[in-house]
Amino acid sequence: MALPIGLYVHIPYCQHKCGYCDFNSHAGSDRDEQARYVDALLAEMDLWAARPELADEQVATVFVGGGTPTLLEGPQLARVLTGVRRRFTLAPDAEVTVEANPGTVDVEGEKLHTIRAAGANRISFGAQARQPHLLQRLGRIHTAGQVEEAVAAARQAGFSNINLDLMYGLPGQTPHDFRDTVSWALSLGPAHISAYSLIVEEGTPFFREWQEGRLSLPPEEAEEVMFAEGKAMLEAAGFSQYEVSNYARPGFRCRHNLIYWRNEHYLGLGCGAHSFLRLAAPLGNLGAPRPGLSASRVQGGAAVETAPGQPGQQYRFWNLKHPGAYRRALERGELPVEAGEAIERQGEMAETMFMGLRLVEGIADARFRARFGVGIRDVYGPIVDRLAAQGLVEWGEGSLRLTVRGLRLGNVVWEEFV
Amino acid sequence: MVDQKHIRNFCIIAHIDHGKSTLADRLIEFTGVLTKREMEDQVLDTMDLERERGITIKAQSVRMDYTADDGEHYVLNLIDTPGHVDFTYEVSRALAACEGALLVVDASQGIEAQTLANVYMALEHDLEIIPVINKIDLPSAEPEKVKQEIEEVIGLDTSIAIMASAKTGIGMKEILEAVVNFVPPPQGDERAPLRALIYDSYYDSYKGVVTYFRVFDGTVRKGGRIRFMATGKEFVVDDLYVFRPGLTPVDELRAGEVGALAAAIREVKNVRVGDTITLADTPAREPMPGYRKATPMVFTGLYPVESNDYGRLRDALEKLQLNDASLSFEPETSEALGFGFRCGFLGLLHMDVIQERLEREFDLNLITTAPNVVYRVNLTGGGQVMIENPAAWPDPSSIETVEEPVVRASIITPSEFVGPLMELCQDRRGTFINMEYLNEKRVNLHYKLPLSEIMYDFFDQLKTRSRGYASFDYEVTGYEPADMVKMDILINGDPVDALSCIVHRDKAQKLGRSLVTRLRKLIPRQLFEVPIQAAIGNKILARENIAPLRKDVLAKCYGGDVTRKRKLLEKQKEGKKRMKAVGSVEIPQEAFMAVLSTDADDD
Repeated sequence: MALPIGLYVHIPYCQHKCGYCDFNSHAGSDRDEQARYVDALLAEMDLWAARPELADEQVATVFVGGGTPTLLEGPQLARVLTGVRRRFTLAPDAEVTVEANPGTVDVEGEKLHTIRAAGANRISFGAQARQPHLLQRLGRIHTAGQVEEAVAAARQAGFSNINLDLMYGLPGQTPHDFRDTVSWALSLGPAHISAYSLIVEEGTPFFREWQEGRLSLPPEEAEEVMFAEGKAMLEAAGFSQYEVSNYARPGFRCRHNLIYWRNEHYLGLGCGAHSFLRLAAPLGNLGAPRPGLSASRVQGGAAVETAPGQPGQQYRFWNLKHPGAYRRALERGELPVEAGEAIERQGEMAETMFMGLRLVEGIADARFRARFGVGIRDVYGPIVDRLAAQGLVEWGEGSLRLTVRGLRLGNVVWEEFV
Repeated sequence: MVDQKHIRNFCIIAHIDHGKSTLADRLIEFTGVLTKREMEDQVLDTMDLERERGITIKAQSVRMDYTADDGEHYVLNLIDTPGHVDFTYEVSRALAACEGALLVVDASQGIEAQTLANVYMALEHDLEIIPVINKIDLPSAEPEKVKQEIEEVIGLDTSIAIMASAKTGIGMKEILEAVVNFVPPPQGDERAPLRALIYDSYYDSYKGVVTYFRVFDGTVRKGGRIRFMATGKEFVVDDLYVFRPGLTPVDELRAGEVGALAAAIREVKNVRVGDTITLADTPAREPMPGYRKATPMVFTGLYPVESNDYGRLRDALEKLQLNDASLSFEPETSEALGFGFRCGFLGLLHMDVIQERLEREFDLNLITTAPNVVYRVNLTGGGQVMIENPAAWPDPSSIETVEEPVVRASIITPSEFVGPLMELCQDRRGTFINMEYLNEKRVNLHYKLPLSEIMYDFFDQLKTRSRGYASFDYEVTGYEPADMVKMDILINGDPVDALSCIVHRDKAQKLGRSLVTRLRKLIPRQLFEVPIQAAIGNKILARENIAPLRKDVLAKCYGGDVTRKRKLLEKQKEGKKRMKAVGSVEIPQEAFMAVLSTDADDD
């Protein structure tokens, strides 16, 4: 069965890297470098457009993320968006999202007008918090006032599908701060809100502070209150939680992210971008290491021979992470794929389970059966029964889903399926 | 062929750190067994563990050729000995194979408790003792004072004492001359039937059991048929060796010589350390006197983390036992931990060493339960049982009295630390015996202490309270009545057998509280609240609750995260597999060792 397909485009530049961020982003780029990066993106699109995988497919969603896509000049972003439209067939109702930092859009809204005109119909702002001290602690480059102006400008430019990212469980944040942030965010009239509990990721400045005991996070009870109160406030405002950290008004769930959570296919463009596709033609460097076969790739200094990815087989693969290495591969006319792994049936089922159980609606057994020819129970019966007995999952409307408690204990559930 | 009058067999007695291994290395170098270039530091400590910890665990041997000032050629066999109290048994075996000993004393530190114990043992074996005052090159050296101490405390004549520095090579020639001149040559009967005393052995996967021995009477030849007198088993000698210091083949070994043999012996149990080797055709009538069998004093449960490693653990223990007759083990079953072994050790260091060797050399992942001593329980209905496992503790109503092993401890310390050390002994239920002055600044403090009280961190405490100066030795003197009770640990309401321990009634409350506190920190939060209780019978002494896990969730997972997050989940799942599920509670390995550190005041 053909799965819906999404397109992700990565813009790896930021004006400033935030203390909690572990994404592939780099500060200190200039206009020249950004323009050359967009050239590389278009070259990568050309290579994929010449391949069979997306030839007869309609692209259901496009998501330009980062980094900070809006750090690019408006015309550069427009080149990216029209570049996609020229090379691939977008569905007539395609969702096209651009991530934006409120500190990188002009008050006049010129940049927003440009990308709206180039086909973007959804915009996602990293608002994070209302309080200046929290924004500063996070390393954000914008103020709450700039968020308000940016949302107004976006609406002016014709965006009606607007998301705001919020964070809770931040160092120095109180439940009062978060309530204040949520009501302020609601007052700006977004269609979608993502509310993330802070995760201290390895390799970030926050991680180092945490290791050194300098990061004082709110107590567990306070974090729990922020989650519960935030959820209640959003629901009272007509939003419903549809994923661990995501809330939307009816009809405004992020369709691009639903592709990930339903374990459907996507092509990632740009440095470090990940893809999940069924190959239709061989692709270098994706198979298991085998002596004397195909191209070599460098792994920890030693060249490793790997087999090419095989047609008919599904793979997760990822591009070279560094913007320079990525660009150089394309300048040589090669796809900038670094490595990948074949996803066999068992792994595909496992990923379908642990990604799908992030969604409040859960996994429809009918959908699972249509994809794999067996029901969830047939494969995971004993695990599901045990988790149900522990009050972490439940069946409802033909779907297996997390309970309210399970949504807070997702890892305990998900690890059972890997 | 060497005449007995040109053979000298000797060992070195020294406290840890007093330079024994360095001295052995210098002697080997001086006699040219190895050139300086071939010389690896501390040749005789071959185990990684020995080098890392700077201790000698196994007795080792080396044969040196030396031309003395009298112009004669001599063969000198040096048998290295361990220095720690746990390995006294090894020392006694080495001593039985020698006629003399070098007593090495650090010129700044003076005599230590363990040195004393080994010197007395050497004197019991009638060994000639040559004092060597080592490290005389250090600025803090007080060789004359140390000499005086040796004379006054041990009563040795120090007129032949040698001033040496193994580090710089001072005194090496003098030591070798003293060995030649003062250590008596062997007095064996070369024409009598073969009698060779086994002092060590190890298993080699190619050669089979390699047996170390000292020939007392007769001759053993390559190709000869030998008999082990205790087991009656007979073998043909494939190879004979001397130690240079690696195994170097020879054709025969005669009375007075030290060497090793391989005879395709596949069964470890056929070779017993302390047994006598003779010839099958012309056997000796009487074996040599064997050794006092080492009695395990400390017992612990060893369990494989992966239950299917049980067989590998048994094989590994059998192999180690070959090198270490003092290790004992028998199968036991725990409700919490499954199938494992109750193992007996000479002491805590011994236990530590065995456990580490099992993990390193045999790649086993183990759970160790808290160690305990052997209690003697007198029953109300008459009769007596020896209890080496808390799980086997009789019902309290059937216990008349309990007796525990006690030791006579000797603590040598600068007098300024006497107060804090007395306090330590008092804390450990000790009884003061007496105090001797070694000189105006150093004393030998004698205490009677329960063995169980010196098992955990006594040695560390001793070092802390004396700024590292005090040294300690003990010998088990017998059993004495004590008010011991079994303390159970209940997790989620169920007693966990592997966590039970035997404690003194007066200390139960404090220990119980400290143990549940530690367990609360060690056991990860579960989906439900988990009470942890310490109890004697039905009486609860202490309780802590582990709050339920309320949040454990990856906040973000998008297209670029799937592979990484899947690996994260796999790792998390793997970690849980290494825990033991007791009832519905997952308990990590460390929890079973928690009892070990209960003496430390946590929180």
